[in-house]
Amino acid sequence: MSGLRYVYAVCRPFGAPLQAQLKGVAGDPPRMLSHHGLIAVVSHVPERDFAEEPLRRRLEDLDWLTETARAHQSVIDALTVVTTPLPLRMATVFRDDSGVRVMLEDREEEFRRILDRLQGRVEWGVKVYAETEPQQSEAAPAAKPVSGRDYLRRRRMRLHANEDMWQRTEAFANRLHSTLSAYAEDSRMHAPQNPALSGVAGRNVLNAAYLVPRQDSEEFVELVDRTKDETEADSLGIRVELTGPWAAYSFAGEEA
Amino acid sequence: MTVVERREIALVDLLDRLLAGGVVIKGDITLRIADVDLVRIDLNALISSVNEQVPSPWGELL
Repeated sequence: MSGLRYVYAVCRPFGAPLQAQLKGVAGDPPRMLSHHGLIAVVSHVPERDFAEEPLRRRLEDLDWLTETARAHQSVIDALTVVTTPLPLRMATVFRDDSGVRVMLEDREEEFRRILDRLQGRVEWGVKVYAETEPQQSEAAPAAKPVSGRDYLRRRRMRLHANEDMWQRTEAFANRLHSTLSAYAEDSRMHAPQNPALSGVAGRNVLNAAYLVPRQDSEEFVELVDRTKDETEADSLGIRVELTGPWAAYSFAGEEA
Repeated sequence: MTVVERREIALVDLLDRLLAGGVVIKGDITLRIADVDLVRIDLNALISSVNEQVPSPWGELL
């Protein structure tokens, strides 16, 4: 297969080979392209999906996007076992190997700088949700409002209850974030997730990523648990979700 | 920790990272897939395709 080159990550040279059965985004096994003391992890992808025009369309096809994202992630995952990869944005595609080499040369210093900063670090994702009011709507389904005024009063109460909930959750999220960002080496905020896409209940108030030395991961996870317990977040209807460890995707850009 | 590591990764969490994270390579390369193009697809296009393709699991939310 000739085709285009899909680049997953840039790494420093590492001794171990990649897993033999590892498959890349279009089923082609990734290989290492070494240039100027850096390695680009590359696989071949067909033009019919990855040339500029078809790629635009493909990226809006959820099934294709899912499959491609998972394949990309599995290559990055395999790399994190043997080194600290610098992940590239999904669907970074070049015409041929020499295009990849030119890119490595052009960005060499920047890559080295970021690789130094990320060496031995992982990313943890922390999300905070406000559980939305199912208790209330389930609690009193039968009692119909007796008048227009009554209806408005109840509606106001419900809105206030929601507002209180969100304020409590936001206060907790702020506290959690300041605790975690003081512990972590760096942090990034992602946009709150849309429940229609995540399929998860509640309103996503915090969606953050924290950069932590791999060996401090356990302590970081404990810190999340402890802050949650101290605030009695569970009993307030606040939910905390932890994901990771990830390769440092959210920290692959230059420092702000 | 191993329990956390083994759990299936949610697509949204993955897309937060793959579409908004990672080094953005642009400039003098063959295909200009700049960050703008990728960020633009993030939610709206996906939600509409979720609506069309798999209405059942989250139907009541939409």
